[in-house]
Amino acid sequence: MVKTRLIPVLFIKNGLIVRSEDFSYHQNIGNVVNQTQRYNSWNVDELIYLDISRDPVYDLGRDDHKVDAYSSHEEIIKTISRECFMPLTLGGGIRTMENVDFLIRNGADKICINSAAHESPDLVRQTALKYGSQAVVLSIDYKVLNNTPIVFTKFGIVNTGLNVLDWIEEGAQLGAGEIFLNAIDRDGKASGYDLKTIGEVVEKTMLPVVACGGAGNEYDFLELAKETKVSGIAAGNWFHFVEGSYLRAKKMLKKNGVDVR
Amino acid sequence: MIGIVNYRMGNLASVQHALNHLNIANTIVHVSAEIEKCDQLILPGVGAFGKAMEALQELQLIDGLSEHILHKKKPVLGLCLGMQLLFDQSEEMGDHEGLKMTKGNVRSLKNEISRLPVPHMGWNQVKESGTSALLKNIPEEERVFYFVHSFYCDASDRNVVSGTTEYGLSFDAMIENENIFGCQFHPEKSQQSGLAVLKNFAAIQ
Repeated sequence: MVKTRLIPVLFIKNGLIVRSEDFSYHQNIGNVVNQTQRYNSWNVDELIYLDISRDPVYDLGRDDHKVDAYSSHEEIIKTISRECFMPLTLGGGIRTMENVDFLIRNGADKICINSAAHESPDLVRQTALKYGSQAVVLSIDYKVLNNTPIVFTKFGIVNTGLNVLDWIEEGAQLGAGEIFLNAIDRDGKASGYDLKTIGEVVEKTMLPVVACGGAGNEYDFLELAKETKVSGIAAGNWFHFVEGSYLRAKKMLKKNGVDVR
Repeated sequence: MIGIVNYRMGNLASVQHALNHLNIANTIVHVSAEIEKCDQLILPGVGAFGKAMEALQELQLIDGLSEHILHKKKPVLGLCLGMQLLFDQSEEMGDHEGLKMTKGNVRSLKNEISRLPVPHMGWNQVKESGTSALLKNIPEEERVFYFVHSFYCDASDRNVVSGTTEYGLSFDAMIENENIFGCQFHPEKSQQSGLAVLKNFAAIQ
């Protein structure tokens, strides 16, 4: 059977890898390419790159800034695909079919779409038609309000009022093939995963779910794997700061009966 | 020299990067005449079966491939859709004829399994059946590869199957028949285990 994946997420801001907290505080921790080589040597299951650059002018939709944001993606994929022989997922700031075409042609296996899925659902549909659903990851940032998981967009600022479960159903109909779920309130908090929401989502959808947000140590991974049928366990900060963390986590999960690679 | 067949589908770059990383001489093949200088061929592929066969026809690659693979017996390795193309036919979006280099059909996973997500995507174990040249020197616990597919190969001659994988059912993950090889998984995306498969293929005369 398919193994549970353990996935480092690299948050990239203005070309640098950052540690993220609360979706708002970002500490620079390194060069994209150097860090990639480090992950490569750990033999990871998959890498997710999310560009969270948010030049204020970019939000006004100025074309010249869009180009900048994309060009960093392009350089990243060109460089890493030469040295990385694992599935690569790229997201953040993808707005047009041209962006998608370029990334896939240069070695991206999956494209992560978040805000754009709300603004132009057709981008999800067209990407799925052209490259297959397996290439389209619907990325969802959410907060739990009054016991209900609500979808937020634009780096966790805009409340869409949508229930996460409803949005996933809509995304699946558009052609998304995987869900990347990120709990805003747990970002950088090392408070453990949001087992309740993740569990509900996994039970409701047939799509593979990758969960992120809240990992403080490898026992949080174990808890998530034991309590839910999640397909992928993702984390950002912890892998960066704890030396040997990835391999240690894999070993511990295996020892405790989780089917990992 | 390994020729990577470009029929304008799939991720040629990843396969080429992997071969470059292994220092294996390679070239991209666009037209039949270019197959001449290649000792081995890789047929990559991501996408739909029918569209791929159409593209191979349009680019007039089929006769060249047949001559070098079936008559000159040059080793060929089909990857993912490339493996499926080696079979007689596929039921992906209507029935389509394949290259007919291996007897058998390509079937839909969805028709066989209902309780698991399709595509079958992720890392999964390959179990050797018989003796596989491609899995040579790869320890059993490291025979875990990256899969992404909605259709699977079902070889008529079970002797050509060199590896199987479980996903709701047991399907043919690898074939090896004289000079014809195929992997349903993506070795170019399967870390060190995948690179080892490509290295094993390059060593085949």
